[in-house]
Amino acid sequence: MTYTTLSLALVFVLFPLILSKALKLDLEKDTIIATIRSIVQLLAVGYVLKFVFNAESFIYILLMISLMILTATLNARKKGQAIKGITWKIAVTLVIIEVVTQAILLGFKIVPATAQYIIPISGMLIGNSMVLSILFLNRFTAEIESSHDQIELILSLGGTPKQAIHGQLKNAIRASMIPTIESQKTIGLVQLPGMMSGQIIGGADPVQAVQFQLLIIFALLTTAALSSILIGFLSYPSLFNERMQLLRKLS
Amino acid sequence: MKQTNATAIRFENVSYEVDGISILNTINGSFYKEKITTLVGPSGAGKTTLLKMCNGLISPSSGELFIDSTPLFSIKPTTLRKNIGIVLQNAPIIRGTVFDNIALPFALQQKKLTEKEAILFLEVVGLEHTFLYRQAEELSGGQKQKVAIARTLVNKPKILLLDEITSALDPTSASDIEKLILKINKESKVTIVWITHNIEQAKKIGHFTWILMDGQLLESGESDILSTSSNEMVQRFTNGVLEK
Repeated sequence: MTYTTLSLALVFVLFPLILSKALKLDLEKDTIIATIRSIVQLLAVGYVLKFVFNAESFIYILLMISLMILTATLNARKKGQAIKGITWKIAVTLVIIEVVTQAILLGFKIVPATAQYIIPISGMLIGNSMVLSILFLNRFTAEIESSHDQIELILSLGGTPKQAIHGQLKNAIRASMIPTIESQKTIGLVQLPGMMSGQIIGGADPVQAVQFQLLIIFALLTTAALSSILIGFLSYPSLFNERMQLLRKLS
Repeated sequence: MKQTNATAIRFENVSYEVDGISILNTINGSFYKEKITTLVGPSGAGKTTLLKMCNGLISPSSGELFIDSTPLFSIKPTTLRKNIGIVLQNAPIIRGTVFDNIALPFALQQKKLTEKEAILFLEVVGLEHTFLYRQAEELSGGQKQKVAIARTLVNKPKILLLDEITSALDPTSASDIEKLILKINKESKVTIVWITHNIEQAKKIGHFTWILMDGQLLESGESDILSTSSNEMVQRFTNGVLEK
């Protein structure tokens, strides 16, 4: 695809702009910012990836993954600011997920240990973990706010913080994992995943593309389970003090 | 106040504040063993905060609470809360049957409450055994309150803290609960601390009464202070001039 043909694709941006203006949705500015950011960010990433792939150095791979984890952490922490120390808790979760998944992928030689495989797969897994973390933190903080009496009841009867928060933790973990599981049930029937579609458009063998997509799907299941559970178990102790009291203010 | 009464919980210069706002201010006084002390005062007086402090759900900002001369906050929280039970306002009920609710304190200790034991606790609060497997959320306000009391009694607390447990009930249910608490106090020698908005109830039930206003202990003593106090604020409160 040439840049000229790509620029024609900007026609798609005109539709939301016109609709937003006509219906007074007040989304024109955000749409334009989002469009410019996506062009700049993706083009920059494209050139950076080209450089990293050519360099074939693990240092650059590590730098790219660290940057992904940092960006994902800074984005996800906005939803959990009420929880003390949420930044490092999200960062630790993402690092563990990256280490576990790459250890399996590279350890079993499922994919070659090259930047071309490690970086895109890491991007997908870290990105998915970030979304799951946001979903989890949204639900978890809402659960705590609405179940204050129930949590205090368990504590008042001699329960531990872990027992008091168990129901809310379980609900939030389930709620954040369900979209991943549900979307996988209809995958291929309702929507063709982005990565697979991209490979097919790029001329790859569709069966080969499906095999890679399946690999990602299975890895996403692990990240879904690990993200919510790790952040959940790292976060709940900071909701209580050493006297096993539910903190009035979470931060 | 009679010197012969043994102290169950003692407050020594207890204050509590949140974001610089004083909720309780230099509280000094005692709840006596095997007696019923009622706490009265307008909304926002700090009554619930004081009660939650006794159960260890809140720590004072300054000052200290003592149980039998042991600092309350030196006791392991789970042990303290088993010995000092609290029935919270509006009796939060967990999803499930009445049995699930009554067995909850045991479940938290990885112990099993038998059906026979659960029925005994139901009998104590005046509910028939047929209630055992009914869905707790479907019960009336009075029945839920009784389940909540039974649930707290499962831990066999030495002190029972009650937060407005009859305020949302009809007069018959409220009277049932009053009789029940009197029975628990008399037969099981449980020390009772009871927050109530109802001045008549406070006079009728309490051996002692604390009158709290704006986080301060305005007056304390035998419950007839509610009728005999010369304190103008107390008189205005008991006569209904101040919001209860």
